[in-house]
Amino acid sequence: MWTISFSKENDGLNPMHELSLVASLFEILEAQRKKEGFKKITAVRLRCGTFSGVVPECLETAFEIYKKETHASEARLILEVVPVKFRCRRCGHEETAQDLPFICSVCQEQDIEILDGTELTLVSIEAEI
Amino acid sequence: MSRKEITVLEDLLSSNKKIAREIREHLTSRGILTVNLLSSPGSGKTSLLERIAEILWPEHRLAVIEGDIETDLDASRIKARGVPAWQITTGGACHLEARMIARLLAEIPEETEFLFIENVGNLVCPAAYDLGENLRLVLLSIPEGEDKPLKYPKAFLTAHCLVITKIDLLPHIPFDLEKTKREARKINPQLAIFTTSARTGEGIRELVDYLFQQRERWLKSHA
Repeated sequence: MWTISFSKENDGLNPMHELSLVASLFEILEAQRKKEGFKKITAVRLRCGTFSGVVPECLETAFEIYKKETHASEARLILEVVPVKFRCRRCGHEETAQDLPFICSVCQEQDIEILDGTELTLVSIEAEI
Repeated sequence: MSRKEITVLEDLLSSNKKIAREIREHLTSRGILTVNLLSSPGSGKTSLLERIAEILWPEHRLAVIEGDIETDLDASRIKARGVPAWQITTGGACHLEARMIARLLAEIPEETEFLFIENVGNLVCPAAYDLGENLRLVLLSIPEGEDKPLKYPKAFLTAHCLVITKIDLLPHIPFDLEKTKREARKINPQLAIFTTSARTGEGIRELVDYLFQQRERWLKSHA
């Protein structure tokens, strides 16, 4: 066997990677719901970095598709979009990036460390108990 | 009926990241440098791997994992040279994930020095998934045009090395090589840049030398 095939049915993979991410989100939601004994999830708050590789609109669409027939079928998705924040490795200055490329506005250095804006995090869940 | 809000703070990619860390740890401890190749479809990932294999094999041992939506055409090309290769078909998914690679770990031969993972041709989604690689290569072919680093910044920002391919087409296609290098370095100043042609073999040896240096560096830092 040198070919391994994955499929949407068996592996939860989807043609848009936002759908795969929403599938991961629902795994976490279901685990939390069971743990906390929630009846119904009413809101889901996500933090989405502008440099996370995720398109917020696609994420919203994926969420609406996925939530049907789950305990979150009436849940609202609250998306908090986080801009890129970086620190200059030369002078230590920290700033919020307006646009690419990421360059320190103080000393024009390009050697920077990204602090924020690449994350895709489930922040909180609101539910009826 | 009452309402409750709980704080979770869990990264949606955390399970992928965890598997990727385990893969990196496992392969590095076996002395294997793992390279993840990203590019648009048709920019020459498989042809580049064939050329690299030509230089390395059989004196140096490599293995290749091919990712595609459908077909085992790419893995067949590599296997035809006697190099161990596996095909992952994603059934529509636009990227490889760490758990797909994890399934193949036990099959990678013991003496392997380099494991190349050719991702699904796509400059967007694969950039978001760590596969447990030590090195991320992004390819850009001359016919694609020079604007790719600015259009697909995440792929270029997360890569360690840019390989500009099909350099033999330069006399026939308007393409400002120096401008492309400048723009790629604007996105990512640390990028190592190589210019190659799988047709003439130009630049492949230099790239292979770089891979050996990187392998040594990784093994040293892991020892």
